[in-house]
This record gives sequence, C-alpha cells and structure tokens, in this order.
Amino acid sequence: MATVAVTAEREHYLNKEYGIRSWLLTTDHKRIALLYLASITFFFFIGGFFALLIRLELLTPAGDLVQADTYNKLFSMHGQVMIFFFLIPSIPAVLGNFLVPLMIGAKDLAFPRINLLSWYLYMIAGVIYIHCIVTGGVDTGWTFYTPFSTAFSNTRVIEAGIAIFIAGFSSILTGLNFVVTIHRMRAPGMTWSRLPLFIWAHYATSIIQLLGTPVLAVTLLLVVFERAFNLGIFDPTRGGDPLLFQHLFWFYSHPAVYIMILPAMAVESEVVACFTRKRIFGYNFVAMSSIAIAVFGFLVWAHHMFVAGISLYSALIFSILSYLVAVPSAIKVFNWTATMYKGSISFTTPMLYAFGFIGLFTMGGLTGLFLACLGIDVHVHDTYFVIAHFHYIMVGGAVMGYLGGLHFWWPKISGRMYPEGWGRLAALLVFVGFNLTFFPQFILGYMGMPRRYWQYPPEFQVLNVLSTAGSTILAVGYVLPMVYFLWSMRYGKIANDNPWGAAGLEWKTSSPPPTFNFDEAPEVTWEAYNYEEIPAPAEVPVER
Amino acid sequence: MSDSPIAVEQHGPELLHHFVDAEQQRDAATLGMWLFLATEIMFFGGMFCAYLIYRYAYYNEFAAGSRSIDIWLGTINTAVLICSSLTVALGVRAAQMGKRKLLVVLLLLTIVFGLAFLGIKGVEWYQKFEEHHIPGHSFNADDLVKEYPQIHIDQQHEQIYFSLYFAMTGLHALHMIIGVGIFIFLTYYAGKGRYTPKYYTPVEIGGLYWHFVDIVWIYLFPLLYLIDRKPLR
Amino acid sequence: MFDNFPLWPVRASTGAGNVDALYIFLLALSAFMCLAIFTMILIFATRYRRRRGVEAEQIEGSSALEITWSIIPMAIFMAIFVWGAVIYFHERTPPRDASEVYVVAKQWMWKLQHQEGPREINELHVPVGRDVKLIMTSQDVIHSFYVPAFRIKQDVLPGRYTTAWFRATRPGVYHLFCSQYCGTMHSGMIGQVVVMEPPQYEAWLSGGGTTGSLAASGESLFQQLGCPTCHRFDTQGRGPNLVGIFGKPVQMEDGRTVIADENYIRESILSPSAKIVSGFKPIMPVFQGLVGEEQLNALVAYVKSLSPSPVGGQAGVSLAPKPQYPKE
Repeated sequence: MATVAVTAEREHYLNKEYGIRSWLLTTDHKRIALLYLASITFFFFIGGFFALLIRLELLTPAGDLVQADTYNKLFSMHGQVMIFFFLIPSIPAVLGNFLVPLMIGAKDLAFPRINLLSWYLYMIAGVIYIHCIVTGGVDTGWTFYTPFSTAFSNTRVIEAGIAIFIAGFSSILTGLNFVVTIHRMRAPGMTWSRLPLFIWAHYATSIIQLLGTPVLAVTLLLVVFERAFNLGIFDPTRGGDPLLFQHLFWFYSHPAVYIMILPAMAVESEVVACFTRKRIFGYNFVAMSSIAIAVFGFLVWAHHMFVAGISLYSALIFSILSYLVAVPSAIKVFNWTATMYKGSISFTTPMLYAFGFIGLFTMGGLTGLFLACLGIDVHVHDTYFVIAHFHYIMVGGAVMGYLGGLHFWWPKISGRMYPEGWGRLAALLVFVGFNLTFFPQFILGYMGMPRRYWQYPPEFQVLNVLSTAGSTILAVGYVLPMVYFLWSMRYGKIANDNPWGAAGLEWKTSSPPPTFNFDEAPEVTWEAYNYEEIPAPAEVPVER
Repeated sequence: MSDSPIAVEQHGPELLHHFVDAEQQRDAATLGMWLFLATEIMFFGGMFCAYLIYRYAYYNEFAAGSRSIDIWLGTINTAVLICSSLTVALGVRAAQMGKRKLLVVLLLLTIVFGLAFLGIKGVEWYQKFEEHHIPGHSFNADDLVKEYPQIHIDQQHEQIYFSLYFAMTGLHALHMIIGVGIFIFLTYYAGKGRYTPKYYTPVEIGGLYWHFVDIVWIYLFPLLYLIDRKPLR
Repeated sequence: MFDNFPLWPVRASTGAGNVDALYIFLLALSAFMCLAIFTMILIFATRYRRRRGVEAEQIEGSSALEITWSIIPMAIFMAIFVWGAVIYFHERTPPRDASEVYVVAKQWMWKLQHQEGPREINELHVPVGRDVKLIMTSQDVIHSFYVPAFRIKQDVLPGRYTTAWFRATRPGVYHLFCSQYCGTMHSGMIGQVVVMEPPQYEAWLSGGGTTGSLAASGESLFQQLGCPTCHRFDTQGRGPNLVGIFGKPVQMEDGRTVIADENYIRESILSPSAKIVSGFKPIMPVFQGLVGEEQLNALVAYVKSLSPSPVGGQAGVSLAPKPQYPKE
C-alpha cells in the first residue's frame, strides 16, 4: 500500500496504514508502544493532578483546601494511578515494547496478539479505575491495609481492587512476551553476552512481573471477596489476621519497585554508553546485577513491616537481606560512573537525564540504607522520610530514566528530532524542581511528620511550602516535553537512521523503522557497544 | 509477507510471519505456556499460603470443616480429573501421529470429564448451601458444633475454613471452565483437520494447561478433604 | 511561619540519643558517598568531554575493582545492620520492672489508662526517669503510636496486644502522632506526652479523682463476671488457679507449652477454646462481645497482680508479647 506525499516518502510503520482501525487492531509492537505512550501519559497527568492538589493542601497546616476524606482519597489515588497505571507500564510497555524486538533483531515480539490484548486489558482496567474515581474514589491508601479496607472504608474499594487486578494481567502478559521473545527470537549471532544491557534489565523486570504480580492478584481478590461476601479472612474480630494481608501484599509490592526501577537502569546503560562513546564498564557485572536484583528483591518484603508487629527475629532477617539487595544497585552506579572515565562525553538531553538519574538514584538508594536499618526505621517509618526516599527513586530515578529514554529514542520512534534547547531546559527544570520538592521531605520525616496527614502541626509548615514550590517547577518541567514532542512530530528536523551514532541493532534500521523492523534479517558478528567501530556523528544534532 | 517466496512454500498458513520457522514458533508457544503456568502457581500459591497459615492456627475448625465435605465426591472428582489428563495425553499423541478421528474423540472425552468434574463440584457446593456452610450472612455452623462436642468450634474460625474452601475450589473451577472452553475450540479445529504431525502446538499447550489445572486439584484435594480422618479426640 | 522552624526533633528519651547517633553516622556516610560520586562524575564530565580528534578508550572492566566495590559496601552495610539491630533489640525489649500504661486506640483518639488508675484521653503524663511500658490494642483498625521525641513507634493492632517502652529524660510536652493511616481523621489523632518532674507527677497522680488502680478495678470486674466460680484460689476449681501463673509456662492439653503473657490472658477471655490447659475441660464461656477493651485491660492487670512482682515494679514479668494469632 503506497502512500503519497509531496516528496516520495519511504514506507514505515507509521504511514503503512492510516485510520483508527489500523491502530486499534494493530499487532505491530511499535504501534502498540505508541498506544501505551498515549494512555500512560493520560494517567500520568491524572496522578500528577492529584499530587498538585495534595501539595496545595499542604501549603498550610490546617486542612482548608479540601475535606479530610477528599484528601485521603487524593493520596490513595495518586499512589494507585502513578504506580499501577503509569510507572509499572511506562518503560517496559512503551520503550520495551518498541525496542526489544529491534534490539535483538526480531520482526516482532513472540506473541503480537497477546501484546495487543495486554494493552486492551490495561485500557479496560483504566476505564474501570476512572469510573471508580468519578463515582467517589478510594481512600485506603495505595496499600489497601486491612481491616480498614475490608471492613471500615466507605469508598469504592472493590472497584479499585478489580481495576488493579486487571491491570496486573496486562503487566504479566507483557513480561511473558518479553521473556519468550528474548529466549527464542534473537537474531543469528545475537548471543546472550552480546545483548544490550537494556535487554538484560528488561528480562529481569519481566521475571519479576511474571512471578510477583499473581500474588497481588490473589491478594486483591481476597480483599474483594471479603468485602463483597462479608468474609473474615483479614478481620481480627472474626479470627482473621490483618498481618497476613500485609505479608501477601508486600510480597508483590516490594518486587514491584524493582519492576519500576530496573527498566530505568536499562535506559541508563544505553544512554551512558552512547554519550560516552564507550562500552559500559563491567558489562558482565551490570548484566548479572539486574538478575541479582530480581532474585533478592523477592526476599525482603517484610522490611515494610518492621513496626507492624512481626517478631524481632523476622525483623533481623529481613533487615540483613535488605542490605544484600542494595549491593547490586551500588555496583551499577559505580559501573556507570567508571564508564565515564576516558570517555568522550556529550551533554545532550538524554545524557542530562542520565546524569540526573545517577545523582538522584544514588541519593534515594542511600536513604534506603537508613530505612533498612532497624534502629532508624522505627523512627522514620510512615513519615515523610519514606515518601522522600521512594520519590527519589521512582521520580528522580524511574521517571527521569523514562524521559531520558523517550528523548534518546524519539528520533527512532518518530523519525524526527525534538528541539534540543527545550529538551535541556526541561531536564534542568525537572532536576531543580524535583530536588526542591522532595529534599525538604527528608527533614520533615526525621522531624516526625507522619505521612498521609491532611493537617499537621505548624512547625512543619516552612518545609512544606518549599516542597510545594518545587512541585510547581517540576510540573512545568513535565509539561514541556509533551508540548515539544507533539510539535516535533510535525515540525521537528527529520532524523536519519542513527543521529546519535549509537550502537545497537535498532540504529541500523531506518527512523522510523519499517513495519517488520529490518529490510534484511540481521546477522550479528560484533559485540555490544562496539563504539570503537562506530564513527561519532560530526556534531550532535541540535534543533534550534 | 516479508518472507521470500521460497519460505512461503515450505510452511502452511499457520506459521506466523514474525517467526523464522515453525520450530521457533513451537518453541515460543511452549515456553510461553510454561511461563504462564508459573504465574498460575504463584497465583494459587498465595491462597495456599493463607490456607496453610489458618489451618495451623485453627486446626480443630479446619478438621471439622474438612470432615463435613463429601470425601467420596472429592475422590470421584480426583479420579475423573486423572482420567481426563490421560485422555489429554493420549490426544496429544494422537495428534502427533496424525490420527484425526481419535484426536477428536479424546478431546471430546476430555470435555466430558471436565464437565463431569464441574457437575460433581456443583453438587458438593449445593450440599454446602443446604447445610448453611456458605460464608456470608446465612452462614451457620451449629451442626458442626453439635457434631463435635469434644472440641470447641468457633464459628468465626469455621467460616474462615469455608471462605478459603470456596475461594480455592471456586478459582479452580473457573480455571476448569476456561479449560473446557479451550478444549471446545481445540475439538472444533481438530474436527476440521487443522492439527497435523507437523503442527499440533495448540493441542500440546492446551494439554499443558489442562495438566496444570489437574495438578492444582491434586494439591487441593488432600489439603481440603483429608485433613483429619482419624476419629476426633 | 518562620518563628517556629526547627530542623531536628528534640531528644527526650534515653533511646533518642542512640538513634540520632546512628542517623548522623548514616548522614555522614551518605554525604561522603554522594560527594565522592558526584565529584568523580564532575571531574570525568569535564575532563573527558567530547573533543575533536580524541576518541574514547574502550575499557572492558576490572574484576578486582568490582569485587572491591562490592565487598567494601557490604562490610559497611553489615556494620550498619548490627548497629541498628542492637538499637532495635533494646527498643523492643521493655525492662522487667517498667510501670505499665494500657493504651486503647480507636478511630480517632487515644485512650490511656495508668496502672495506678487514672485514665487519659489523647494525653499521657509520665515522670522523668521512669521506664514506662505501653500495652496497646486497637478497637477497630490498625493505628500506630508514634512519639518522635522519644524515637519510638509501634503499630497498634486490633485483636492483640503490642508493646513499646521508653524512659523520658527531660520534662516537656511532646507530640503523639498516629502514624498508620486509619481513616478520615487519621491526621487528627494527635495527642501529647507530658513529661513531668517526679514530684509534679505524683501531685498530678493524686490530684484527679481516680477510681483506684487498674488491677483493683480488674478485681471487682473479676468478681462481677463470676470468674471465681471456676477460677478458685485452690486446686478444686473447674478452671485453673490464676495465682502465680503470669509470665510462667503453661502446659496445654494438646501438648503445647505457652507462656502466660498479656496476649494469652486476653485470648483466654475472648476465645477460651483456643488453648485448653492440660487437665481441664473446655467449658469456659466465651466473653467476646461481653467485655470491652478497657475492661480486658483491667482483667489482664488483675491477673498479673496475682503473680509475684520484681522489687519496686509492677505485677508480673514483662515479656515481649506473643502474637495471639500465628507467628509472622
């Protein structure tokens, strides 16, 4: 099917077919990635809107913007939307879907129809959740702790639980697709040791998605049953055990945080390699550290429960294991830093995000050491210290990884360059705004301000005001890319196959790629990150 | 579409375009099904975990509850499922050998066994309904309290047993229903001659699914039905 | 806004200093690591920025370096773990002769009852320098008892007791927060701990109209509910003699041995068939629904008072609580 433009346009995956049916019934992994891009961006702004309202309320000690019940719904839904409908899909479903087949030299994922099903499940879950929001929302916290969620909350717990249950299957199917694809569809010559680190990290992520998400599914199911049929599985007045819920919940929800960070680490490796023009230092160690994080990540869940009433000895075991899981992450940071030694470094937008990632992830990770420490955790558990810690990792880490990846692969995805000046500005705004928002929260937490507080004692106000100020800057930093990415699709400079001079099979095909990815099936005879063989582009392309 | 004409000749329409060859497609499908079964193990595993914890805590109530469900129906169901797994395995073999009629017969038999299982399960649940053992507002375990005066039965704890009983057997039954649905599809396409010794992957992976559902039952049966068969003290 | 702008919580307990010391060590360690990494990145970014004609040098890696920067952090982590574990162990082991305060949390208030009798709502008066053990339960959902100035926090669960303890070191008024989300007024479940000099505390104690000690009200409840009918003070009763049992092991009829702690007493009242003492029949009536949380506390205190107490302390041996339901 030929397309006609003013200049004869090459056929690729975007112009191969037009019309809404060609998008809604596509099995092309690249189109599905864009479907995900649109939907998760939508949910990002919903979750972000809730966050803005939270920060506005917290400008003053008194609860004066919204009612207490409303505030409780705001933070609950902010958490659920951001985690289940934005972060967990983000990099895997957008960048992973787009790039995994390209990077290994395959024509598509192993199960393209299941890939589309995955997106539809996500959308169904999303619609149900939106319905939940507009019909009253949910106020259990993102964690659904019992017996509050099963016997005391008057909000739409069942609906939220069902929505997240369905979203979980979307996640499981994506993971399944990736694992089978990586095992069975690598191009000839693409051995395991030649795989980009992006693939290794997504493989590890997929294992967690496969094995962890079902436990959340059954836990939410039990909560829904308990509420719907008035059972007593988690109700202490009827012999149930609320701590059983916590164990089952955290058994998934701790590995879930690795689902959120490993893909960002995946992006980090690719971006750092390209803009230092070097193979990542310690490739084997970085690859294996992803697997180690996935494995050890399953062993530490009760570090969320040190003051919940578990035994002293359980606490000791989970604390020591939590320190174990910190080591592979530290190894990655050291290796990325070491890669910069004797490199040839450019400061493009993706690289700025990469620098930001290392800094903020390091800070977030170090504060994890505080939380794993039993003596300290007693004081800071359930305070703003924890909120700051996980936002440093999930926003300073995962979201910056996501944005950096979007910028890095934008030419490949869209065939256009984004405007570099605006890109750098947005990166800077995100970095500054983020730190201003969340650094004060470490101090607030140690001072004792608990989380999920609609109103607070006046001595906490100054730091809260600083935090809110930062969040407005952060918001601008997030809106800018949406605007200029859309702008670039029409007016951006046309990108060639490999504007960054990057290594990786995805850069050996055109931008945007043809529907079946490669005009000729590739055969790999070189190692990953063979930057010594790739000439650097004459200038890093800049769009004024 | 993007394959060379030579490649198109060598395979039938069942080879999907993004695979290099039929072997890759079959390997991918099998690995995919095994991984999916791993997720199902984790899914049921969460409930087994909850069950084991409460069984340890409320042994008496769980023992009483276990004795109140019909062990004979449970045993028959176990036999039914084992037979169905046999017909499934034989069906895969029939497909491998290209015996279309035999395959169809075996698939149909499997469906019959599956439906028999579901029917018997329905009977069991109805029994529970009559005995007021269904958790919820009308739950009443007075009969068990009377039946076992030598142990004290806390009805709340008894309700937890039945909650887990229904959750676990209910989810298992749901998986059976899905399995029967899958096998109806398989039977239809088998009747049309779609499965040949060169291509019978759907039968194979459908069989894997069925075997898994069977194994879950093999675990459920002793845990739920065989807790305490000794006379109670 | 600016006249009250502290950046560090006050230290008002014996444990606070230890927690702060470890925290400061971790802060210093983190600052050092951040500085080290950021400086290196800055240096590399400047020194190795892209210049014409200068190629990057491909370096595969260094196993020696990898092992070094795995082992050294691991060692440091283990040191942090041990230090933190010691503090935690101390913090979760109440002293044997601590005075006891029973806490009942409910949406959305704290109800406290001193051993000596006085009840308080959302306020806890304690004297400086005395070990205070909190025996806590919830009437509804999970709450959490958090006093930043003491650096203590413990979730308060429905259906069982959890404990925490502290020894206050300076007089003052300190925040008490609920730190486990519990519904609408979670952020309104704020109280205060009032630490007084011992003479002032004694004065406060005798000032209010108290109804006698907690154990005394437990005793009258014990009589009212008819407990002595079976729980006689000799061996002839249909129920076990409760004198001297608290804190000691008890043999169950199924062969298990449990320690008779607060959770055991509570369970025996609410759900007597859960554990039958060896040699007795399961005939004790169920009191679930017939006694409230505060009455339970009084009964527990009374049973404790029937056991010999260490010199100068309260009745019974204070143990880390055993969970009523399966161990986590």
